[in-house]
Amino acid sequence: MSGGKHTAPGTQVVTGAQAVIKSLEALGVDVVFGYPGGAIMPAYDPLLDAELTHVLVRHEQGAIHMAEGYAHATGEVGVCIVTSGPAATNLVTGLADAHMDSIPVLAITGQVARSAIGSDAFQEADVTGITMPITKHNELVQSPERIAAAIKEAYHVARSGRPGPVLVDIPKDVLNATLVWEWPERVDLPGYRPTVRGHGKMIREALQLIAQAQRPVIYAGGGLVRAGADEELHAFATRLGLPVVTTLMARGVFPDTHELAVGMPGMHGHYAGVKALQQTDLLVTLGARFDDRVTGSLEHFAPHAKVIHVDVDPAEIGKNRAVDVPIVGDVKVVLGQLLKVLDDKADDASFAPDAADWRRHLAEMKRDHPLRFEQPETGVLKPQTAIRAVHETWGDEAVYVSGVGQHQMWSAQHIPYTRGRQWINSGGLGTMGFAVPAAIGAKVGVGRDTPVVAIDGDGCFQMTFQELATAVQHDIPVVFCVVNNGYLGMVRQWQHLFYDDRLSQVALPQDCPDLMKLADAYGIPGFRVQTVDELDATLAKAHEITDQPVLVEFRVDPDEMVFPMVPSGASNDEVLESADEWRARLAASGQ
Amino acid sequence: MDRHTLSVLVENKPGVLTRIAGMFARRNYNIHSLAVGPTDDPRVSRLTLVVGTEAVQLEQIVKQLNKLVHVLKIVELDAGESVQRELQLVKVAADAATRSQIIELADVFRAKIVDVDHDSITIEAAGNPGKLEAMIELLEPYGIREMVRSGTIALARGTKSITDGAKLRMQRVV
Repeated sequence: MSGGKHTAPGTQVVTGAQAVIKSLEALGVDVVFGYPGGAIMPAYDPLLDAELTHVLVRHEQGAIHMAEGYAHATGEVGVCIVTSGPAATNLVTGLADAHMDSIPVLAITGQVARSAIGSDAFQEADVTGITMPITKHNELVQSPERIAAAIKEAYHVARSGRPGPVLVDIPKDVLNATLVWEWPERVDLPGYRPTVRGHGKMIREALQLIAQAQRPVIYAGGGLVRAGADEELHAFATRLGLPVVTTLMARGVFPDTHELAVGMPGMHGHYAGVKALQQTDLLVTLGARFDDRVTGSLEHFAPHAKVIHVDVDPAEIGKNRAVDVPIVGDVKVVLGQLLKVLDDKADDASFAPDAADWRRHLAEMKRDHPLRFEQPETGVLKPQTAIRAVHETWGDEAVYVSGVGQHQMWSAQHIPYTRGRQWINSGGLGTMGFAVPAAIGAKVGVGRDTPVVAIDGDGCFQMTFQELATAVQHDIPVVFCVVNNGYLGMVRQWQHLFYDDRLSQVALPQDCPDLMKLADAYGIPGFRVQTVDELDATLAKAHEITDQPVLVEFRVDPDEMVFPMVPSGASNDEVLESADEWRARLAASGQ
Repeated sequence: MDRHTLSVLVENKPGVLTRIAGMFARRNYNIHSLAVGPTDDPRVSRLTLVVGTEAVQLEQIVKQLNKLVHVLKIVELDAGESVQRELQLVKVAADAATRSQIIELADVFRAKIVDVDHDSITIEAAGNPGKLEAMIELLEPYGIREMVRSGTIALARGTKSITDGAKLRMQRVV
């Protein structure tokens, strides 16, 4: 960038807007997702000369989901920049999403001039007020001299401790004012001191508890992905022979292909994953938060289990489930500490539990209760078949990004993930419309050599497909797959099972929009798969295209449902493997 | 449900009170009373929060408060080992017949008469919440016109000060 005029040797006078861009550059940010407008316009001028790539989105919600996707895929802070008022409020969904899933995001928003704040000025909204409960922290910058420190602090808070979104709101007159540029050497946040290392006594107690367990299981959560703890988890689990259940947010952090992998727990988890948590006598909880979608009825969850809980956020420990051994710390560091103790006791095998029978039992459950679906030889295409074929086509190298609903659960179930950050979705908030922009952000993050495949539903896709233009304009070659069943499938499934099949407001015409014409309108290749026979050949053609975005539509069986399923509020002991099982249970109960 | 008194030291930054009150609202916790004011260090404010809750939830409240970036320190003050005070102004209906009885009552509670009119008396009283409630109970039959309470403020007994450590951290390099 050009910088400002120099007044005295070593002194550089810049505008607030230039300070924003210089701050991002000083932090090493290389890409921002954004959308200009009145209040943020000053910052868009120095952007022209900056060492930053700016990705122009089509809706501010797209900007923050892209920042999230980037952060998910890279582990770095995703940055978005938008104007005041309606633009800033369009970030709200993404901020809440990032907050729930602990995604490091820095959002910079324009605000009306300080003199106009509180006057209901054009495009004014109390953005720090609105976003307070859904950000890790936020700040309304009150002076130009504060800009650099505010951005540096925000970046630090976003990425450290339990990661999360941080918002910096900057009034237009602050952007236009001048200041003497100074990059703060340190971050001055006396009240912010995340605990990184686990307590030594707790570490030893945890190992002793593991040694005594008969049926231990690692309950692996998204915190492991955020911490980049794949290797430590692998070393720890294999060292002690501990079976591993990976939550929706943790898929891949322990390879599904490993013999100790038991699958996913929760409402739509693998049968063995659900049962493992119910039957265990020791939950080794790593970066997971006992979410209700995992526990089902909390009072019936893991009834025989003692609990070790490792989390960087002390508030998660004991929040939903009483804990026997609490360990506050970064899960990667804590696993390192656990491994260190094991290394020091190399000649002492007493820490490894005697769990061979338990492992055998879990292996049998995996074998006897596979995911159940039937793909007829001809005719209608099952969504599970389509998703398995997508994986076979783009393989283990690809990053898979999903929206929210049935397609998300099938994608989580049917693709064997082998590394953290390979699976990106909106777990906590369950944000429909997440996949298209998040996949674009992820692709920007991972670069051209790694395929990024969005697996979206027809409902989700229609919430944010305008970002296809962003992918086209910026030459971001994402594979967009739409599992089109013509319904809001998950809602339909619930209406079918729990509302006597009274389908209220869930039908979406399968032909409207015509996705092939839509692809055409955006100038990208579109492929439609309607039968099993077409699947391989069509995907092979789509796979050949690596230099531009591609749209693949699967017309799938609208009747297909996601199983296993634990009905909402039920105990995980009541996991259903098929709709027939549900009907039989209803008949038996006389309903 | 027990009453717990939390003393919270925070950085004196804009919006801190909103963040704290908002956390309580967001997580469906109830604030019984909240008093806030400056400390001897202009960079630090002190909140006294009284919450009616069980121990498990109290732990969660403290942990969630600690997550707020501007919160420096939280201490629970045990009722027996701390001095707790509230200020109360009560306007009581009073005529020539009842005025002297009310003044006598106020004297018993070491309260002050701060305003007198033809048909009312305003009493200022300070003390622990129990004492103030007892006074109200006795004044009630005369007819309470209106009243206001400040919320509890509290300090631990003895020489120990919870601000020392917090001040130290204000100078620390992160």
